[in-house]
Amino acid sequence: MMKGRKKTIALAIYFFLMFLPIYWMLNMSLRTNADILGALTIYPADPTFANYIKIFTDSSWYMGYVNSIIYVTINMLISLTVALPAAYAFSRYRFVGDTQVFFWLLTNRMAPAAVFALPFFQLYSTIGLMDTHIAVALAHCLFNVPLAVWILEGFMSGIPREIDETAFIDGYSLPRFFITIFIPLIRAGVGVTAFFCFMFSWVELLFARTLTITNAKPIQSVMTRTISATGMDWGLLAAAGVLTIVPGALVIWFVRNHMAKGFALGRV
Amino acid sequence: MHLTLEWMYWTRPTAIFFIVLFVILAAMTIWQTLAPSVPRRGFLPLATTPGTRLFLGIISAIFIHLAWIGLTDLSLWIVFPFAVGWIIVVMIWG
Amino acid sequence: MNKWENNRAWLLTVPVLILVAFSSIIPLMTVINYSVQDIMGEGQSLFVGTEMFKAVLREPRLHEALWRQFLFSALVLLIEMPLGVLLALAMPKKGWGVSFSLVVIALPLLIPWNTIGSIWIIFVRPDIGLFGHFINNVLGIPFDHTARPLDAWITLMFMEVWHWTPLVALLAYAGLRAIPEVYYQAAKIDGSSPWKTFWYIQLPKMRGVLTIALLLRFMDSFLIYAEPFVLTGGGPGNATTFLSIYLVKLALGQFDLGTAGAFSLIYFLIVEVLCFVFYQVLQNVGKGAKT
Repeated sequence: MMKGRKKTIALAIYFFLMFLPIYWMLNMSLRTNADILGALTIYPADPTFANYIKIFTDSSWYMGYVNSIIYVTINMLISLTVALPAAYAFSRYRFVGDTQVFFWLLTNRMAPAAVFALPFFQLYSTIGLMDTHIAVALAHCLFNVPLAVWILEGFMSGIPREIDETAFIDGYSLPRFFITIFIPLIRAGVGVTAFFCFMFSWVELLFARTLTITNAKPIQSVMTRTISATGMDWGLLAAAGVLTIVPGALVIWFVRNHMAKGFALGRV
Repeated sequence: MHLTLEWMYWTRPTAIFFIVLFVILAAMTIWQTLAPSVPRRGFLPLATTPGTRLFLGIISAIFIHLAWIGLTDLSLWIVFPFAVGWIIVVMIWG
Repeated sequence: MNKWENNRAWLLTVPVLILVAFSSIIPLMTVINYSVQDIMGEGQSLFVGTEMFKAVLREPRLHEALWRQFLFSALVLLIEMPLGVLLALAMPKKGWGVSFSLVVIALPLLIPWNTIGSIWIIFVRPDIGLFGHFINNVLGIPFDHTARPLDAWITLMFMEVWHWTPLVALLAYAGLRAIPEVYYQAAKIDGSSPWKTFWYIQLPKMRGVLTIALLLRFMDSFLIYAEPFVLTGGGPGNATTFLSIYLVKLALGQFDLGTAGAFSLIYFLIVEVLCFVFYQVLQNVGKGAKT
């Protein structure tokens, strides 16, 4: 529809506009609050790393990142462990109620988190898991486990069943076949699934904020509380924001060819 | 740590509702295990299995009830038989 | 669809079922229990039947939130779908540019939702934001997302489009790449114009992925919470109070369990219906791709 040169220009303009807000935050993060409120400049005239240094030395800030990474990792491990066998069952076998259960999993991926926030709060208070990393990790399983099952099922269905059949004829047991042959075959899919579990747990705000008070307080919470306080420290907020982008930006290269598949629940 | 069910605020009507739902699901599972059904076309615009028809029937019955509550002040028991009848219709001819 | 028939495969799904039942069924049962009672405090509750539903269904603020929600989702889709398709068409087909543009385009998708809110606050504020400063001082149009409802909406739309158009673009691009080269060659031989190639070849071939993109975007924008929460907390007034924000205010702000329960169920049921449509589409797209 468009000629090559025009396409490149259009794309370049989009990229420029897209980066502008991110650049602006980066700009803010390198300036002191007095400087920010003093004058509007396109680039930091007197760049300072004071905001970043504060985040890395103040435990109430850097513990936010540590807490987030802890529950995200726990959630990723739980999701992958339980989703792998289930995805295999859905991709290889037909059993009573399989489509119904598969659909039910999808509804949990799509369910409004706001519906579950209050009962989760009550549930985790009752069983004494409030303000722990495991509580947030389990809460995020609500949408990440179904997501993992769906994405993995998509990848597994791409592997011909003849491989399974040959292995079973050769005398492999199901667990041995699964661990030594099958998982290596779909390792790209496992990686992509791990990435998406990581991501959706990392970006989530409502559960993480509702289920924590101090010990497991995630960075998202630390940041929103700064916003509601009067006398905003914009530079600090910007620096914290920049740091939350880093993990995603670091791994994006490895999943670039599978992103569409992951977002579409393994269906593209 | 005390594991009670008090925080869930159980009431008798909701308990009955869940027991009925559970019994229906169990019955469906047993039926489909003994005699698996294949998808077929009825008056609904897509091929459905009994499980799908049950889901659609129950969901639409709930919406019928909600519309009743929202639009009228009459007792729910008036619309209840119609909703159940609707579920049966969907199950048989859907 | 020739899978092995074996009911013992249930065993492989047991861990998932236990885990998801714990985080989904128990809370949902609780919500249903809340919805039929007026709960004053620990152990003090009164069975009220469907009164809560009646109150919720006739609450004008809820109707407003619902319409606001539909309007928002519709506007977002109207902008994001064409823009995403255009982006996908503009992306290079081969060479180093493919990986580069994929990575750059996807970047906003990986930013935590509350950070997205912070980015845009910093960007649109009249005093420190580039955008806010430009509109107010250079163009001379008053713009303040915290005071004027329309400005809050504009900011939110910009934010949402900026955040999620990449998803549409990624899916559309995946659809474009799946079109065999032969089609383009045939179009070339027929002397078809680029516009006709798009309308008769590319768009029909992208229909499956675009339907997925449409439904995914619709559902996610239907559940939006973090971005408006961070931006204005649902304000100014109630201008950006969408369903999730309204619900969280009821549930965690006022601890109004009965009303929140009834509202939750209605919200959940609407999503459930959308989900069913989405599931049917996914199944059909899957079938189409395999043949």
